[in-house]
Amino acid sequence: MKKKYTVGNFLISIFIGLFSLMCLLPMILTLMVSVTDEATILRHGYSFVPAKFSGYAYQLIFRGGSSVIRGYLISIFVTVVGTLLAVLITGLAAYTLANKNVRYRNALGMYFFIPMVLGSGIVPWYLICTGLGLRDNLLALLIPNLMFNTFNLFLVRNFMSALPDSLHESATIDGANDAVIAFRIYFPLTVPALATVGLFYGLAYWNDWWNAIMLVDDKTLYPIQYLLLQLKSQISMLKDLQYLSGTSAATPPSESLKMATAIVTVGPIILLYPFLQKYYVKGLVVGSVKG
Amino acid sequence: MMEGESGMTKALKVERKKKGGFFRDVARNKFSYLIALPAILYVFIFSYLSYPYMALAFQRYNYKNSTVWGVLFQGDWCGLANFKFFFNSQNAFRVTFNTLYLNILFIITGTVMAVLLALLLNELRSRKFVKTTQSVMLFPNYISWVMVSYILLSLFSTQYGVVNQFLRSIGLSGVNWYTNAGAWLGILVVMRIWKGAGMSAIIFLASIAGIDTSLYEAAAIDGANRVQMMFRITLPLIMPTVVIMTLLSLGKIMYGDFGMIYALVGDNGTLYSTTDIIDTYIFRALRQVGDMSQSTAIGLFQSVIGFVMVYGSNWLARRFYPDGALY
Repeated sequence: MKKKYTVGNFLISIFIGLFSLMCLLPMILTLMVSVTDEATILRHGYSFVPAKFSGYAYQLIFRGGSSVIRGYLISIFVTVVGTLLAVLITGLAAYTLANKNVRYRNALGMYFFIPMVLGSGIVPWYLICTGLGLRDNLLALLIPNLMFNTFNLFLVRNFMSALPDSLHESATIDGANDAVIAFRIYFPLTVPALATVGLFYGLAYWNDWWNAIMLVDDKTLYPIQYLLLQLKSQISMLKDLQYLSGTSAATPPSESLKMATAIVTVGPIILLYPFLQKYYVKGLVVGSVKG
Repeated sequence: MMEGESGMTKALKVERKKKGGFFRDVARNKFSYLIALPAILYVFIFSYLSYPYMALAFQRYNYKNSTVWGVLFQGDWCGLANFKFFFNSQNAFRVTFNTLYLNILFIITGTVMAVLLALLLNELRSRKFVKTTQSVMLFPNYISWVMVSYILLSLFSTQYGVVNQFLRSIGLSGVNWYTNAGAWLGILVVMRIWKGAGMSAIIFLASIAGIDTSLYEAAAIDGANRVQMMFRITLPLIMPTVVIMTLLSLGKIMYGDFGMIYALVGDNGTLYSTTDIIDTYIFRALRQVGDMSQSTAIGLFQSVIGFVMVYGSNWLARRFYPDGALY
């Protein structure tokens, strides 16, 4: 069917274009403020086109020993280790749910499903975490809340259920046990699904500050997002930052420093953007629209 | 989302009739059960073990009832005192109203915007333009609410913000946005659309892609124009997806978005009248006041109504569109 370009089409393009632009412009504003000279901000306010540029805020951040660098490393560690473990746990359980030899797989599915609709609030969760010693340590950032997600489990399960049964049968006849079949046959065949949930988990870990706000008081363990949240309200944090980075400037470039710290947290997301476009969106669409 | 869950009880009954009990099944598939064990344990510890703690809502908290055993057998029971304390305060109505009101605003504006974007994107024929704008639109979806709060700061900061600069440049005086509770309703709604509409639009767009093209061809032969096709074919045919997505959000209406509200508003008390939700209230009662029992009580109130809402919305979804139910 051929469709002509019309005035209507032109207006639609303008509207869509403007909306996309609005999605990007505020980010660009933040970026521009982060490279603005501090005195210029104090005099003229934030601006898209700063009168005077300065990379001083980034110099401060990337100087060795700054708390931003430490928070960044903690976030990277938690995200990488957490995502790998989470994908492994999810993939293995999904295999069992998709394994037609397991008679109670539907009951098991129900076992996983019930907590999705019946919550118990944050206090029981908090008491369990502290009871397990998940308090003021890296494990408190790694294990609670993020390491397993039932939505992701069912997503992978659906992919694995779609694989032909004969795969499983022939492997069993060849003498492989379920652990081997999961690792050697099912995982390689469901790489797109595993990559999708990997991105779900990875993004959740990277953007998380819930575990930190609930379970971590030790400033040296703050992940980058929580550090950023604290930075907004606490001028003393800024002084810390400056102290740690070993400078003694009379006026800390607090405005540009705040925005620069915000900008560096987006770095990994931009790095992973092609993969996010490819797998994340597809997974979300598959998960939401049935049939 | 959860195919296979429907008709579960029926399937279970049929399966039980086969010979061999649960333990025989485990023995037969020991590796399969073994590799699922980490997930099973995780859910057991963080979800199932948490249910007994809900009794804390009817107890006074002390060091004894901080374990499952303690909460069940050594609790200092106090009846409904924790609930009374919450419901007799001004806060109960305020936080419940704010939670529901904000969520309803988010659902309506978010859905309308997403459907509009999807319909319009569908009209565009330049693949390159659609792909590029889609990529850009999705960007806000990936960043954290903390990052969004910095974006808000660069826009609405009283001293340096771009919005106030603009207001001053046209001769008005700047507004102190961070003390203006009324304005925050609008700010929250706009930021929600900004962050989520692009992603929702793509979900609806996928639903549009599933529409049989022969319908449009037939309509074109009958002389229908593009606008008529949009309103008479596309929109009615994606309505099931729209209704289901809306009902699923309705099911979560008792749960506010803590990550959003706390990151954007934080502990700014002057904005509580419009922005304080159940989740932020519980958070403060727990982390800042340290009142375990009352926090549990509010959490239980939220869970119970939340469960009824999920169940009810799913029942509705099943009535309208039998395939669309969550379970």
